[in-house]
Amino acid sequence: MELVVNQKHYRLLVDPERRLLWVLRDELELTGAKYGCGEGQCGACTVLIDGAPIRSCITRASAVAGKQITTIEGLAQNGKLHALQEAFIEADAMQCGYCTPGMILSGVSLLKKTPQPSEPEIRRALEGNVCRCGTYPRIIRAVQIAGANSGVQHA
Amino acid sequence: MPEIELERYELFETPAYSFEPEQSDVLEMQRREFFKFLGGGLVLLLALDTRATAQESGRGPAFRGDARPPELAAWLHIAEDGSITVYTGKTEVGQNIRTSLAQAVAEELRTPIQSIRLVMADTDLTPYDLGTFGSRTTPLMAPQMKKVGAAAREALIDLAAEKWKLDRSSITVAAGVVKNNVTGEAVGLGELTRGQKLLRTISGAEAGAGSGVTPAAEWKLEGTSAAKLNALDMVTGAHRYTPDLTRPGMLYGRVLRPPAFNAKLASFDSKEASAIPDVVIMRDGDFAGAVALDEVTLGKAIGAIKAEWKTEPQPSNKELFTYLKEHPVTQSIAGEVGPGQLPIHGDIEQGLQAAAHQLEATYTVAYIAHVPLEPRSAVAEWNNGKLTVWTGTQRPWGVQGELAAAFKIPEDRVRVIVPDTGSAYGGKHTGEAAVEAARLAKAAGKPVKLIWSREEEFTWAYFRPAGLIEIRSGVSSDGLITAWEFHNYNSGPSAIETPYDIVNRTTQFHATESPLRQGSYRGLAATANHFARESHMDDLAAAVAMDPLEFRLKNLKNERLRAVLEAAAQKFGWGNSKSESSHGFGLACGVEKGGYVATCAEISIVTPEFLGAEVTPGPPTVKIERVVTAFECGAIVNPEHLRNQIEGAIVMGIGGALFEAVEFSNGRILNSRLSKYRVPRFSDLPVIETVLVDRKDLSSAGAGETPIVGLAPAVGNAIFHATGTRFRSLPMTPRGFVQPL
Ligand code: FES
Ligand code: FES
Repeated sequence: MELVVNQKHYRLLVDPERRLLWVLRDELELTGAKYGCGEGQCGACTVLIDGAPIRSCITRASAVAGKQITTIEGLAQNGKLHALQEAFIEADAMQCGYCTPGMILSGVSLLKKTPQPSEPEIRRALEGNVCRCGTYPRIIRAVQIAGANSGVQHA
Repeated sequence: MPEIELERYELFETPAYSFEPEQSDVLEMQRREFFKFLGGGLVLLLALDTRATAQESGRGPAFRGDARPPELAAWLHIAEDGSITVYTGKTEVGQNIRTSLAQAVAEELRTPIQSIRLVMADTDLTPYDLGTFGSRTTPLMAPQMKKVGAAAREALIDLAAEKWKLDRSSITVAAGVVKNNVTGEAVGLGELTRGQKLLRTISGAEAGAGSGVTPAAEWKLEGTSAAKLNALDMVTGAHRYTPDLTRPGMLYGRVLRPPAFNAKLASFDSKEASAIPDVVIMRDGDFAGAVALDEVTLGKAIGAIKAEWKTEPQPSNKELFTYLKEHPVTQSIAGEVGPGQLPIHGDIEQGLQAAAHQLEATYTVAYIAHVPLEPRSAVAEWNNGKLTVWTGTQRPWGVQGELAAAFKIPEDRVRVIVPDTGSAYGGKHTGEAAVEAARLAKAAGKPVKLIWSREEEFTWAYFRPAGLIEIRSGVSSDGLITAWEFHNYNSGPSAIETPYDIVNRTTQFHATESPLRQGSYRGLAATANHFARESHMDDLAAAVAMDPLEFRLKNLKNERLRAVLEAAAQKFGWGNSKSESSHGFGLACGVEKGGYVATCAEISIVTPEFLGAEVTPGPPTVKIERVVTAFECGAIVNPEHLRNQIEGAIVMGIGGALFEAVEFSNGRILNSRLSKYRVPRFSDLPVIETVLVDRKDLSSAGAGETPIVGLAPAVGNAIFHATGTRFRSLPMTPRGFVQPL
């Protein structure tokens, strides 16, 4: 099958049963997507398919062959962090950081649809992402900061 | 009281596995010379100075390995190129000590924090450490770091004095350079160490008074919100947690799990499984597992093993609390250090007779799971009889000991490396995954990575102890507590003693057998003991129709606790009237591990209709609207990271307060998935406000745990305020607002 990850094309000979998460991690060494539950409940494995967040732990790799897959490793462009990555650092929106890649990708997709989301919109969009360290207030702030900054950039 | 009071559950497990040794495993390991290993420059060694640090780091009761001079607590190396590396056995699990310890060293070396690199938790490279738990890094390790940093600064001044033939008083260290105040000449820290192989050891006495350690009032870097040091790696996915590591030729492993705890492998047929190409199946006693090239093959291989297990009947959570009371442990558990039975003060019966109101109540807390988002995992590799294991644990040397014991090899043949880990909360004291990966790697003859599934994490780790607490008390009509009798069964003795001033009191901890494997958890039993105590305090206040704040202050002399209580109440607007009649206010306070906390909560009762049509009808639910927590832990090292920890503790506390509970029956966990075990999410998040009380005049205490203890009782008290219903079991509303029995 052919996977397009972070704009790179990969030709892979893998069991079509395999979930995208493990193909990314074990075959392509893109370990930014994390295993947290394996049943679509925690969001640690979130990646973007054509810009929309999916749970790679329950998605067959074969099902997304040929589509644009974005992982956390592909978010920064030409060495420049995405505004939300910057904002996570600014808002200190992590403790152990294990949920961070999934949170950021879910947030990126929200910001794309809704550049300046309200707090309830952020909560709703990220409800499927668990931060066991409990940094939720800071993650909300980070998304708001990124929203405000992107507004400035586009103005 | 011993200087360090180890919680009974901090150290508790004997290694679970034992395997026969191989002849080739018995080799001698050489002790490395510091400079052979580090290159030239300046090395500062910190020898241990107190009994407290001896238990914490360096030679302690648990020390068995000999790979490093055992009497050292930390060391620091300034290389010729100016890079500064600090070696500590502590682990980073999200509590941000990589940053706070670097702050401590940078403060003393008068250098930017970015110039400090920390090598942490590697049994070959860093000094022995008992473990990262009990909120002890800040009170015990940070001061040692500061001593090393200060001594290094003084050593650099010596070098500069020699170089410039100048009096020390004309030399200053600031902004990462050493400056000649006469000529204005400045050199980098590394420049002075060029061509040197200078090794200095500071002893306890030198490290004590007059060591040049900067007092908190003069801090420039400490006390500020330095950003998390490796945040960039976290937001780009570059950081490699244990499950992200690979080794050349590495395979993937999985353990064959029994259907229940304490099961014995009765029969084992792996013919079919072994026939799958590129699969290794192994069995050693009751331990069996598979190794393969990928996770799908691994699943097929494990599924193809025909195994029968002998199981035995075991208790369920339905009879848990009667079980605890009926199964006392009379012999002290090995390693147990704790108050157990504290002395009786005054006369309880007399106190009760003098009371205008007598109360008696029973409280329970359920087993709960840590649910670290990074499940236990390990990468294990054997090389000429030496074993190296990467794993996320809070006790690298403890895991080294477990591995050595399981494989019957000397500890210096085992290296444990802990990458910064995807959280632990007290749940990663043991090394199951490490031992399992090592056993599979040995069978496969290749490095093996093993990542526990979420189900395994929910089942084969250990839990926060369940407990039963009974209180008998009396209060006079003017609101003085006249008697206090407190019994805790199993959940633990942390913060068991009341901080209130009560003449007639007794407090007892009763060890019992536990149907489930139990161990440390953020705040340990302090959560259970505070829940019972502070709920009961509210009932006493209600009995004499007093305001809960006023009632507490009336019975409390401790100034530090009064200060946070008043600070939280003020910020919260305690005493102001409720905005809505369905809302309720509650407060609670307490002290644990040198941290003083007070929490005020506002809750509302939400009826399903209220939420709209999409919600399936059911009982009303409790929504936590707002939480204000005031916290004091001495001099604050990093305000923003402290707020982050307090917020995190509150969010985590919501789960244990309202809905988290492990359900089990007959040796099986019934809710071993995230879809069945609810953890706090964005929708559970209240408005959280923190009040930091900074006491520059007091030494810093840890802060990762204690802020959790006030949440559950504050919420329970708020529910009582709103509804008149008292919930005495944690979790309080696992199935919504249902009247307790
Ligand atoms: S690992 Fe995919 S949602 Fe949890
Ligand atoms: S930062 Fe640890 S899980 Fe979110």
